Amino acid sequence: MADQNPSRGGEKILSPDGWLAALAQRSEAVVLPMGALLAGLAAFGLFLLILGKSPADFYALVYKAGFGTAFSWQNTLSRTAPLLFAALCVALPARLGLVVIGGEGAIVLGGVACGALAGSVSGLPGPLAIPLLALAGALVAGLWIGAVGALRHYRGVNETIASLLMAYIAIALMNHLVEGPFRDPASLNKPSTAPLAAHLRIGDIPGWDVHWGLVVGILSCVVAWVLMERTTWGFAARIAGGNIRAAQVQGLPVGRLILGFTALGGAFAGIAGVFEVAAVHGSANASLASGYGYTGILVAFLARHNPLAIIPVAILLAGFEASSGLLQRRMDLPDATVLVLQGFVFVTILLSETLYGRLRIFSPARWRTNQ
Amino acid sequence: MTEADLGLWAIPVAILGGAIRVSTPFLFVSLGEVLTERSGRINLGLEGTLVFGAMAGYALAYETGSPWIGVLAAAFAGSLFGLFHGLICSLPRVNDIAIGIALMLLGMGLAFFFGKPYIQPVAPDLPSIGFGGWSDLPQVQAALRVNVLFLIGIAAAIALWWMFRATRIGLLIRVVGDSTDAARAMGLRPAVIRTLATAAGGAFAGVGGAYLSLFYPGSWNEGISSGQGLMAVALVIFARWNPLACFWAAILFGGAGALGPALQSVGVSEGYYLFYAAPYVLTLGVLIVTSSPTRAMTGAPGELSITK
Repeated sequence: MADQNPSRGGEKILSPDGWLAALAQRSEAVVLPMGALLAGLAAFGLFLLILGKSPADFYALVYKAGFGTAFSWQNTLSRTAPLLFAALCVALPARLGLVVIGGEGAIVLGGVACGALAGSVSGLPGPLAIPLLALAGALVAGLWIGAVGALRHYRGVNETIASLLMAYIAIALMNHLVEGPFRDPASLNKPSTAPLAAHLRIGDIPGWDVHWGLVVGILSCVVAWVLMERTTWGFAARIAGGNIRAAQVQGLPVGRLILGFTALGGAFAGIAGVFEVAAVHGSANASLASGYGYTGILVAFLARHNPLAIIPVAILLAGFEASSGLLQRRMDLPDATVLVLQGFVFVTILLSETLYGRLRIFSPARWRTNQ
Repeated sequence: MTEADLGLWAIPVAILGGAIRVSTPFLFVSLGEVLTERSGRINLGLEGTLVFGAMAGYALAYETGSPWIGVLAAAFAGSLFGLFHGLICSLPRVNDIAIGIALMLLGMGLAFFFGKPYIQPVAPDLPSIGFGGWSDLPQVQAALRVNVLFLIGIAAAIALWWMFRATRIGLLIRVVGDSTDAARAMGLRPAVIRTLATAAGGAFAGVGGAYLSLFYPGSWNEGISSGQGLMAVALVIFARWNPLACFWAAILFGGAGALGPALQSVGVSEGYYLFYAAPYVLTLGVLIVTSSPTRAMTGAPGELSITK
């Protein structure tokens, strides 16, 4: 990680132009990702231009459909919640240097757990039953992604491949459970679990057309930020992410850190599935596997795995996704357009990694020299 | 002749036939990944290359009427993806695993974007050769109807094995893959060799995709691949970076993939979705058995980030 160099920063702040130097150093972590995002958007604009479509029309439509009106804001914000949780599932393990990309599976299993268990807790009042369902979803998904961490730590299995394979397995499991043991006989065309009882449904934030998942998701990001930046656990995880061997030599509990951070990330993604079932679909079915887990990967990388930065990035990408329908109707673009846009941005974000620490404007120590 | 004549024998016959049909994309993608990883780089994006190759192959076969032009187009598109991956990863401090994920998503997005008009039209299929003429049973004949690309894949596996063993190019790739420093000391340019190997590997994955859309299942749609490209990456670890072992591993994985449809063909539909998960479970199991937390994997190229 290029921005983890606090010892060099300290002396520079004492120099005459200290505040400027400090600003320059700190702004690298903001300016570079923003620049990369803009470069990705520009590259996609060029792509559209080559295809004979107007980039100006495109971005105007994205703005209008994602952020232009109160209605479009509500559309965007209701898609934000699952992205927040899914991004946390990537960002928390990333602190330990693990690339976990199977959040889709955790979302699906969290949702299935909620849909399958809803019947057995329907005798309880909502304020008691809903947290129980959320806990169940978080537990199942936490164990699922925690298993990825355990395989990594105890068997040395590559966590990227394992987590994605387990996402495919989770989707197959969901199909099996939803079409077999937990199928509601009344669901004919689209096999689903029995619909949740009315008092188990999670409603909207008063006055908005956005469910409570947004609030819980933002709170989760804040909690994750505090955990990562303000606790000894987070500090230990950062050390371990930088150098596993060094962390072990220092006596840090690397195994417990890996298990804890992967399981916690999975639990967050599981809660996304619970909200999808209890607040959006009303029962668990194949709609759970709608790709939020994959968009969450991009959100986490764009936010550089900083839980607070995840919030605005998730809103931005949710806005892109919310505009998909309008883009298809107005510009005659396929529904995969947003996927291509996300791919462009993803590549430029990763390309920008090569620039950290190499641009002179961000490193005051090199301002007066000729290197 | 009905299915009942074979009784339970229909299952192994269907699995054998399915293994031959399903294994070809695994074989091509894993050969491409062997080539890439032997040069010291990992390309997780081959899933995206596979899907884009399937689209490009199908589209060109439909437009020109020749499935072979489709295969060539898929190989060309795949090599472009590989070249792009190779060039980006040559930059300092760029993570090849993350780039692979990004290119996987980009490849699939581009394939769906450009492939939209080709979901309806029917493109010509690749030819296949029947090796089951000695049998009267239609099931056996169907099982042994082998596609030409499968045979080409076997030839490619042998050729790659020979290349790594006995040729100068194979030696160069192995040196670069085992030690960047040693390669530099020999006056080689590791970045160039890796980029070329990655591009060639992408071409293999593209051909694997063309097989999907032009023979089995034989049509282009957005659900054409369900992780074959990713499983092939894991398969390479299982095959210990040996092209010949890739062939047997591909057959094994193809057989696992054919398990669900084979059981369904004899009327077993209970737990169909669980059998559908068999290849993923098998891949994960293979990864768990072959990985180790303490020692590097035998046969692994020294510069490979996934095993370091």
